[in-house]
Amino acid sequence: MSLGFLTRTRGRGRFDITDWLTWIYLFTAIFLMFGPVLWVVLSSFKTEAALQEYPPTLLPLAPITVSVEGYEEPLQLFRVIAGEHEGKVLAQVRRIGLMSQMVDPANPAEKLQVNINDRVPEREFALALENYTALFDRFNFGLYFWNSAFITVVATIITVLFNSMAAFALSKYQFRGRTIVFVLIIATLMIPPTINLIPIYLVVAELGLVNSPWGVIWPAVATPTGVFLLRQYMLTIPDDLLDAARMDHASEWKVYWRIVLPLSAPALAVLVIFSVMWRWNEFLWPLIVLSRSENFTLQLALNSFQGELQTAWSNLLAMTILTLLPITLVFAVLQKYVTTGIASSGVK
Amino acid sequence: MFAPIAEAAGWIYRAVFNLLEWPMLAIQRLTGPQRIAWVFLLPNLVIFGAFTFLPIILSFFYATTGSDNILLADRPYVGFQNFSVLLNCENYLDPNSCQRDLFWRAIHNTGWFVVLQVGFMILFSLITALVLNQNIPFRGFFRSVFFYPVLLSPVVVALIWKWVLQRFGVLNAALEGSGLPTVNWLLEADWAFFWIIFVSIWAHMGFYVLILLAGLQSIPSDVYEAAEMDGASKWRTFSRITLPLLMPTMAVVVVLSLIRAVQAFDEIFVLTGGGPGSATLLVLQFIYETGFAVQPRIYGIAAAASILMAVVLLVLTLLQLRVTRNQAEGGST
Repeated sequence: MSLGFLTRTRGRGRFDITDWLTWIYLFTAIFLMFGPVLWVVLSSFKTEAALQEYPPTLLPLAPITVSVEGYEEPLQLFRVIAGEHEGKVLAQVRRIGLMSQMVDPANPAEKLQVNINDRVPEREFALALENYTALFDRFNFGLYFWNSAFITVVATIITVLFNSMAAFALSKYQFRGRTIVFVLIIATLMIPPTINLIPIYLVVAELGLVNSPWGVIWPAVATPTGVFLLRQYMLTIPDDLLDAARMDHASEWKVYWRIVLPLSAPALAVLVIFSVMWRWNEFLWPLIVLSRSENFTLQLALNSFQGELQTAWSNLLAMTILTLLPITLVFAVLQKYVTTGIASSGVK
Repeated sequence: MFAPIAEAAGWIYRAVFNLLEWPMLAIQRLTGPQRIAWVFLLPNLVIFGAFTFLPIILSFFYATTGSDNILLADRPYVGFQNFSVLLNCENYLDPNSCQRDLFWRAIHNTGWFVVLQVGFMILFSLITALVLNQNIPFRGFFRSVFFYPVLLSPVVVALIWKWVLQRFGVLNAALEGSGLPTVNWLLEADWAFFWIIFVSIWAHMGFYVLILLAGLQSIPSDVYEAAEMDGASKWRTFSRITLPLLMPTMAVVVVLSLIRAVQAFDEIFVLTGGGPGSATLLVLQFIYETGFAVQPRIYGIAAAASILMAVVLLVLTLLQLRVTRNQAEGGST
């Protein structure tokens, strides 16, 4: 068993078997990781008819139509592959049973009869952009996007504000009960909300927040992860800086937002990235709290469309792409910060 | 282009926090400069109290009361009946002999899922981290390749694979094209179970690759140089140096992924809905359906099942704390 390639850490100068294995592994990985996403991107530009096709074509193709003299509507082009007119490219006028009445676009006067099994449609590369535009016209995409964006942005702002205030208190003050509070907050890491669904639902219901975006926002803004992350970072800010500001008669509040917050920017950025990711992708809790479709987030809308019997895959796939697009763009821009942030803090 | 935006954001930031200056100063006069810490803690503690601590206590009330009322005052006390209903089994290895057969099927499925998903995910994450730890071109790019699915929402992940795996999907087309038999992947019990494991590895692996990679990079290179000078084989270097030094990171990865796997729900719910039949039904989906999706909503049973799951998670988390502490101490040895 050649596991050598797994242990190699430095290049040897020549391209040996371990390099081959490495590259085969990496290219298989690219194919497996990106392939399905790419396939959905390509599929999302196909018409519903093209999506029903089996086996599917790689690229989105659409039938070619031509306008022929003497006919008002554009006619669809076919290549005849057998029979009397084999090799010609003809436009179909109409179909009668198994026979198709066709004309040569160059010579529209003469009508030709072709068996429908003897012809294949002529097609060209074309993007079915209507899959995307229909989302806005018929599927309320704008509303779901707004709901998701509202929850993500508002929840992230509140999360960062509340968590940084708590972290400030826990890192920069000596008061009785500090350790207990900190331990209590960290202990909640052990109790993921998923095992408290029913009582949390009761609290949300009692507060009248069922079917409201606030019912999704409030329960998860006090993240123990965020408090922990920020506290650890704030501990590294020297207290002298704070005392100097206090000498200048700055209030504690001012010390917090003029000194500590700006200096914690790197840790805040990590928390912002996490929070955006959590909120945009959140599924189970919104599924429980939001039951009316006008309150749905994008994730819920996607889920409910795919659950319907008559799912139009063309629209569903387009919506999938638009849902993954914002996160993909954020990742493309902030890639380095995301990966190093996660690697260094060990949370997701 | 970004400068005006940053300037505007800074302006809003100052305006908002300045607005709170006077109220906070008034509070500070009342509390003094030390006890104001509690004011800073207050928002977080209120949310924690309302949505974490209170619910933990309430969940015991739900688990020991019956009926389909959500309001606790309307729920009759039933003692440990909910637990005994869930645990009433002639043979725990055979879900059909249990009063709540779906619960036990979900436990069996979750057990297998946890073992297989965590096992294979860690194996592939380790191989990937080792490959990426080499001096290869475009390393950052390849790291992102593995990490990208981690960012995708579970619903998107499930829909992507649903589209690939459907009866007339691209996978079946490729199989047919190469003369192999096609399968209705998500409607055959064993295959559906295979795919929920595959898809959840696909979606989460990148996260663990990152952690393992960070662990590998913290191994000092002079250790390897010494091994090379001693003429150690590659396999020996791996098994005697890399693996032992990576063990603390590995332990963290194992426990983290175990905790996640026990709570698996989102992708699987959208991908298979627990089907076919109950072949891919996991515990969290059972809780969700018992408590929220099926009428009447049997809150008591769902809460009791949650508590049983919480016990498992608690054990795993304590394990994690132990492992993390060992890792912190192990760093000095």
